[in-house]
Amino acid sequence: MRKFAFVVFLPALLSSCAPRQTLYFWGHYEEVLYRSYAKPGEGGPEKQIEKLEQDYQVARSQQKPMPPGWHANLGYLYYQTGKLDEARQEFKTEKAAFPESTVFMDRLLAKFQKS
Amino acid sequence: MKIRLKRTEAAFLLAGLCLGGCITATPFDYQNFRQRRPRSILVLPPVNQSTDTRGTYGYLSTVTQPLAEMGYYVFPVSLVDQFLKDNGLPGPAEMHQAPLRKLAEIFGADAVLYITLIEYGTKYYVLNSAVTCHAKAKLVDTKTGMLLWEGETRAEKVSGGGGGLIDALVQATVSQVVSSSLDVAHMISVDANTMLFTGSGLPTYNAHANGTGGPPLLYGPYHPEAQTTN
Repeated sequence: MRKFAFVVFLPALLSSCAPRQTLYFWGHYEEVLYRSYAKPGEGGPEKQIEKLEQDYQVARSQQKPMPPGWHANLGYLYYQTGKLDEARQEFKTEKAAFPESTVFMDRLLAKFQKS
Repeated sequence: MKIRLKRTEAAFLLAGLCLGGCITATPFDYQNFRQRRPRSILVLPPVNQSTDTRGTYGYLSTVTQPLAEMGYYVFPVSLVDQFLKDNGLPGPAEMHQAPLRKLAEIFGADAVLYITLIEYGTKYYVLNSAVTCHAKAKLVDTKTGMLLWEGETRAEKVSGGGGGLIDALVQATVSQVVSSSLDVAHMISVDANTMLFTGSGLPTYNAHANGTGGPPLLYGPYHPEAQTTN
């Protein structure tokens, strides 16, 4: 299984070596999304949060912004683990970074006020 | 002055575009797109017509990056999916039927991206196997219902023959997949998606598959070249 993971992720590693300017720091975001569907039993929200928090530290050290939806997604994971304050904070961060998310983020924030 | 289309005219235009889609030589008309200039895109989980049930989420999890890197705000795909499920839409088919007005009201999205997977997965033949991801997509304006863009992509990786490191890796993965649950078409869908939105081939260091895509989507507001090239 370990060998298999290496085979799968080597192309990703190779491609990340090439100089390619991206607007955002992607890290493990899409991999985390994929794995949550493909292997739902493998970790749950806590594991996903851990990965994303690690990515955030790296992104900060490189002064790269997180992609659209990233903070909202993390907020939802916090919500699933009962960390409501952290969840609210992430939804607000999403809104501040991308005003296009305002309607949806306000809807989620309002839902939390009631519960 | 803004040109407002009447509903019948818009329908006519839309029909024209749909018909136009059949003739590959006709360049895509970006008039609707330029008129509406969406900033935010709501990606709904793809309707999966393939026999591989993993298609919907294998593909959905690769859409955000190419779209966001083209300068769009992309709603968090996983959260959107969950939100719609919690609100009575159990799957992609039902989500694709949701009224545009409702989606605009809930999410505040400028446009909705509808993806249909035509083929997804691995087919085994006597001497080789092929991993295919074939998808078509439509971008629709939530306020007017106008078709802003539509594209199609097909990426395929046939094992056997060829050469090179990536080939060897993909082949190894393809042969591994027989005995594992991992979804190789997911890897190919990364390529398919990038080709779908950029309309061009991939740089060799990044490509796992051969294929085609497009027509290209124009840059969104967060892309540095949005103002100069669109």
